[in-house]
Amino acid sequence: MDSSSDHDLETCTVQDLDGYRGALGGLTRRQFLKYCTGVAATLGLSSLMGIRIAEAATAATRPPVIWLSAQECTGCTESLLRAYHPTLETLILDMISLDYHEALCSGAGHQAEAYKAKSMKANWGKFVLVVDGSIPTRDGGVYCMVAGKPILEAVKEAAEGAAAIIGIGSCASWGGIPSSDPNPTHAKSVHEVLPGKTVINIPGCPPNPYNFLSTVLYLLTFGKPPALDAKNRPKFAYGRLIHENCERRPHFDAGRFALEFGDYGHRQGFCLYKIGCKGPETHANCPAIGFGDVGEGNWPVGTGHPCFGCTEQGIGFTKPLHALAKVQTFAPPTAFPAVDAPKGEGISPAAAAIVAGVAGLAVGAGAMALRGMDDESDSSANPRDGEK
Amino acid sequence: MTAITHRPLGGHLVTKPFLILGLFVLIAAYFILRRFLFGMGDVSNMSNGYPIGTWVVLDVVIGTAFGCGGFAMALLIYIFNRKVYHPLMRPALLGGVFGYTLAGLAVMIDLGRYWNAFNLLLPWYAQPNSVIFEVALCVMAYITVLWLEFCPAFLERMSPEIRQRFRLDRLQAFLKRYMYVLIALGVLLPTMHQSSLGSVLLILGYKLSPLWNTIWLPLLYLISALTMGYGVVMMEATLVQRTFKTPSEAALFARLARVVAGLLIGYLALRWGDLLYRGHLGLAFAGDWDGNLFLIETALFLAPIFVLLSRRRASQRWQFLAAISLLAGGSLYRLNSYLMAVQPGNGWTYFPSAPELMITIGVVCLEIMLYLLFIKTLPILHGSTTESHGRPS
Repeated sequence: MDSSSDHDLETCTVQDLDGYRGALGGLTRRQFLKYCTGVAATLGLSSLMGIRIAEAATAATRPPVIWLSAQECTGCTESLLRAYHPTLETLILDMISLDYHEALCSGAGHQAEAYKAKSMKANWGKFVLVVDGSIPTRDGGVYCMVAGKPILEAVKEAAEGAAAIIGIGSCASWGGIPSSDPNPTHAKSVHEVLPGKTVINIPGCPPNPYNFLSTVLYLLTFGKPPALDAKNRPKFAYGRLIHENCERRPHFDAGRFALEFGDYGHRQGFCLYKIGCKGPETHANCPAIGFGDVGEGNWPVGTGHPCFGCTEQGIGFTKPLHALAKVQTFAPPTAFPAVDAPKGEGISPAAAAIVAGVAGLAVGAGAMALRGMDDESDSSANPRDGEK
Repeated sequence: MTAITHRPLGGHLVTKPFLILGLFVLIAAYFILRRFLFGMGDVSNMSNGYPIGTWVVLDVVIGTAFGCGGFAMALLIYIFNRKVYHPLMRPALLGGVFGYTLAGLAVMIDLGRYWNAFNLLLPWYAQPNSVIFEVALCVMAYITVLWLEFCPAFLERMSPEIRQRFRLDRLQAFLKRYMYVLIALGVLLPTMHQSSLGSVLLILGYKLSPLWNTIWLPLLYLISALTMGYGVVMMEATLVQRTFKTPSEAALFARLARVVAGLLIGYLALRWGDLLYRGHLGLAFAGDWDGNLFLIETALFLAPIFVLLSRRRASQRWQFLAAISLLAGGSLYRLNSYLMAVQPGNGWTYFPSAPELMITIGVVCLEIMLYLLFIKTLPILHGSTTESHGRPS
């Protein structure tokens, strides 16, 4: 971002992407278009859509975003900070205008609150509201106060003027940890406290940052949310069970399971279903895109830990970690072969005797058949020899 | 073409050999029952390293090659129009009927989750890129075709009342009229699946020694299946002739010998030429397990060539020996490429267990029993002792 201040970002359009340095968060035009095309692919769109995404992301007026944090751990923001295509600063400085975010805004206290109010007033009906964390509702929501008022009220107030609302993380999507039993604060998800509003849910603890980024860019590009499932999760990311795309799935189908941590099957990378993997009942694209941009296999199952179902209400933080998942695709047979099956026993005396017996019988029968053949000589020439 | 009169051999059904064979079938039935009650592991030594065991290799891969008699003869008689060999057709067909039907039985025993097998027939589950899928469908179709081709033998045997009651004459006329379709299918289908049995092995990659693993596997399997088909016709016919004192076909075989020798030469030339071209010929003379197996195979294929091209081919004894050697070579080729030369690595070993072998032996015994039963009760063998139908004069 060194020299971006030399140029006026607001006047630039996608047509002169090469015109100035730094405008694309240090990316070259080629890298940037490649990224946008990648996003289009993640969303399952045609590669031509990459251009439209690029145009939307570099549009003259950047859409304002208000980010409210309720009962949360900042894990969602932390994981967003570790996105590298684009980096978060590319997103918040060049693509959107992040007008309020408690962990990231440079201002503090009254200054930050005043800027939030100003931005919301100026962009009423146009800004994107992102909420992470669950909303406490007990005792009027006093268990999470920001700037002297319950976050419940802040969310309701901001939702009135929002063009789109995104709940990021499991807490915002369905309540997450704070809503687990005994739920002392009566924590609820964002869509539960905003009846009648459409909230796009990006569950996960934390969610993969690219699921969030892709959703945001889709919103910017098309002005509407991507296709959502019954729980308002984008279908491109949460349309399938982890089990369906899991790299260990062949082990499941072949009945090769880790039975405890560190056993033979576990060291071999076998399926983790029997030590409590919730992949068979959890919807997410974790096996497909991985975490943290460090290559493949960098997700819980990839590192040898069973999935604990963080994206799925009623599974994550609810079901015991090592309880057996309820398989939603095909139930496995009740009996599977053992993982420590012997690798072959070699020849047994009985088998050797049988083979030898058959060989002897064949040689003997052959010899008997040969005996006397051709004795009734000229047999081949005289078809009459075979009298009965 | 002279009409050929087929007729049942007659004679006692329950003979001493029949009872002995029956004993082995009963033993096999016991172990098959155990397999279905307690699972594969109870009777078989097959493992994840060697998922293909004797049942598939002996009963299916080698068994269907033995069943290729019908295919080989149909090709010769109907496609190349060599009608002189027609007397050999029905017995060869019968061998094919049993070879294939019992291979199908063996597959059902071998399938771990046999109750899913019907999915093969559901088009929406079809995976047309799978070689095994092609083999499965093709073999099923061929078994049907074989039985249909074989139908006239049953129909001829029916009593006049039944024939009249069920209008079997019309059925027979219909079959006769459209038999050419069945014959065409009967040549086409084995061409497809016998070569595919070779293609299956391509997936083994480095697990199979380069002595066997070549891009030519499908063609090599097809040629060797053809030669084995002729070999089995020679052997069967000779044994039947010796046992039941029927007319000898040795003169016919003397003519057939040149065809077989030609095929064998082609097979060996392709095999060795390919090894030379790929630069793996050295492996054959390495003196190790794989190399020696390969040399034994080659010797078993070479011997019949010399016999069948020499003047000895007129001798029934030498014909028989050549056929045995040829069948042994073809069987060893299949056994090697599917089992003995396969090294899955990671410490896997395999030798069939005694119950596993007994099931295979039982299936073969059942095949022989049914063959005896059929030739005694149905018009299979040509019974003419006076006519010389199309013999070389």
